[in-house]
Amino acid sequence: MAEVLVYVDHVDGAVRKPTLELLTLARRIGEPVALALGAGAEATAAVLAEHGAVKVLTADAPEFSDYLVVPKVDALQAAYDAVSAAGSLVAVLVPSSAEGKEIAARLAVRIGSGIITDAIDIEAGDKGPVATQAAFAASFTTKSVVSKGTPVITVKPNSAPVEAAPAAGTVEALAVTFGALATGTKITSRTPRESTGRPELTEAAIVVSGGRGVNGAENFHIIEALADSLGAAVGASRAAVDAGWYPHSNQVGQTGKSVSPQLYIASGISGAIQHRAGMQTSKTIVAINKDAEAPIFDLVDYGVVGDLFAVVPQLTDEIKARKG
Amino acid sequence: MSLRIVVCVKYVPDATGDRQFTEDLTVNRDDVDGLLSELDEYAVEQALQIADEADDAEITVLTVGPEDAKDALRKALSMGADKAIHVEDDDLHGSDVMGTSLVLAKAIEKAGYDLVITGMASTDGTMGVLPAILAERLGVPQVTLLSEVKVEGGVVTGRRDGDSASEQLEASLPALVSVTDQSGEARYPSFKGIMAAKKKPVESWDLEELEIEADEVGLEGSWTAVDSATQRPARTAGTIVKDEGEGGKSLAGFLAEQKFI
Ligand SMILES: Cc1cc2nc3c(=O)[nH]c(=O)nc-3n(C[C@H](O)[C@H](O)[C@H](O)COP(=O)(O)OP(=O)(O)OC[C@H]3O[C@@H](n4cnc5c(N)ncnc54)[C@H](O)[C@@H]3O)c2cc1C
Ligand SMILES: Cc1cc2nc3c(=O)[nH]c(=O)nc-3n(C[C@H](O)[C@H](O)[C@H](O)COP(=O)(O)OP(=O)(O)OC[C@H]3O[C@@H](n4cnc5c(N)ncnc54)[C@H](O)[C@@H]3O)c2cc1C
Repeated sequence: MAEVLVYVDHVDGAVRKPTLELLTLARRIGEPVALALGAGAEATAAVLAEHGAVKVLTADAPEFSDYLVVPKVDALQAAYDAVSAAGSLVAVLVPSSAEGKEIAARLAVRIGSGIITDAIDIEAGDKGPVATQAAFAASFTTKSVVSKGTPVITVKPNSAPVEAAPAAGTVEALAVTFGALATGTKITSRTPRESTGRPELTEAAIVVSGGRGVNGAENFHIIEALADSLGAAVGASRAAVDAGWYPHSNQVGQTGKSVSPQLYIASGISGAIQHRAGMQTSKTIVAINKDAEAPIFDLVDYGVVGDLFAVVPQLTDEIKARKG
Repeated sequence: MSLRIVVCVKYVPDATGDRQFTEDLTVNRDDVDGLLSELDEYAVEQALQIADEADDAEITVLTVGPEDAKDALRKALSMGADKAIHVEDDDLHGSDVMGTSLVLAKAIEKAGYDLVITGMASTDGTMGVLPAILAERLGVPQVTLLSEVKVEGGVVTGRRDGDSASEQLEASLPALVSVTDQSGEARYPSFKGIMAAKKKPVESWDLEELEIEADEVGLEGSWTAVDSATQRPARTAGTIVKDEGEGGKSLAGFLAEQKFI
């Protein structure tokens, strides 16, 4: 059986949901071998095995946290070498985070392979794995293959269901030697982002976003209250972020996070192309905007033309009432 | 000693226009207006600020693209860059990120550099991986996705705002930097800048000059192949209601119907 190397995104051993989705996709094209790096790497093994990893390769070293990206590329390359030496490797899958894409890209150069980024689906094909991408602010859907080398593909969150499929998940320590470039970019300090207790924006099943129409940082609690009534993540348009009303890490769009939830609710957002680029693949789209002509209404499954200060609190109350 | 900065800028179809694919599944550049990728304006801006702080610096803007891509170079020159390099060759049509990055790396090496600056992502391909690939190809540190950048005494420092943390980075020159749209508003070209740009040198290089074989780039040389590109069917028109006091409640009804509540 052919192997698929899956790069694991985890926080101190807690595997993030996009990696579990990758395992679902990986099983369509081969047997997943997972690579987990850094503190807590071994702790990921149980959940990875439960989701189909036949083997879990682990490595930890201070380089992974003290220097940017390259040490992880060295490790992924070592895993690539090990897996291809032992069997036949059909693809390398990496979550489409900013760092994941950089790691995947550098590996692709090193192993002489083509790369496809931000896939939203993968299926088996005659010429190897076929990746679906959303192009031009999701107005086009493309299908591509890697025609040279072992396909390296990065996959967006929410691209596949998480499915349990128990496998052996044997843990093996991977030997990694760091190249001269590994220590090129030093991380001199790190300030972790404060947790809000809400779901991670890119992974959330429901996202509730506010834009310029929210009209002030002090009003964002209206958006947050709606989000909390639905167990949703909070997003914001760039206009709201640039005005300092909400953190940049919550920006949805071309230069912010790209989200693909089951439900996206936009309040006081006009729907500029750069915003749409980050949310247009959402399954169900809802908008509240007082301007009936706002372009966001072209996308919606349900739209309310009205003042968000009246509609959103009423909606929140109604949700709470229905949930009892 | 002079600080040599090379800024990579991409010429892209206007995102507000009707972007399409052509029959060979490459981007249609004929029927849409092109421009300097807005995200690369931030790269030019940071180059200008870094050059201002340096004793002596020279900014070269570099693009790989068709004839019209000169427009992107002119815009960057009118913002204040010193000179431009345009890599143009019929065999480049349809290059993927591996081909494009190979050409950029060879051109950067030929031009000579201490610092390479790029945008965070193009506004058409939006892969966001070219900077990391360039660093790999050039064999220099990657200091990417910076929302703040500074160069002093041969060292580049900057802040990278990641998913879970904000990191402070440091590397020695030569290095490659990519900047985000949080790095600071890009300046508008002044009238004087636009006039001055007309006199600034734009060199044109082709594949032969960069010692790249035609089959290493272009559609044929691509390491990826697009099998199909289909326009998403327009969303079926949704229900739109006007709030007359019950808008929130009716929306809740819809969400309940869809099983979100
Ligand atoms: C290179 C580049 C990258 C960009 N990246 C992003 C990105 O990642 N994400 C992003 O969002 N944008 C991005 N933008 C900006 C984008 O072009 C728009 O400017 C931005 O999305 C507008 O935000 P908005 O919809 O909140 O504001 P506006 O366009 O000003 O819309 C506000 C809306 O609120 C409505 N409104 C006002 N008051 C109320 C009320 N009381 N009740 C209901 N509705 C109300 C108005 O009718 C209006 O439709 C980018 C731009 C560029 C050039
Ligand atoms: C919709 C679409 C999907 C694509 N998907 C793939 C794919 O999956 N795999 C693949 O290999 N190729 C793909 N391509 C081709 C790829 O986008 C181009 O080859 C491209 O030039 C490099 O990627 P990018 O523009 O996305 O760069 P990004 O990595 O997004 O760009 C980052 C920065 O690199 C610099 N830069 C990028 N291109 C140039 C240039 N031509 N000249 C100067 N500077 C430049 C700019 O500073 C830019 O800000 C795709 C293209 C399109 C239009």
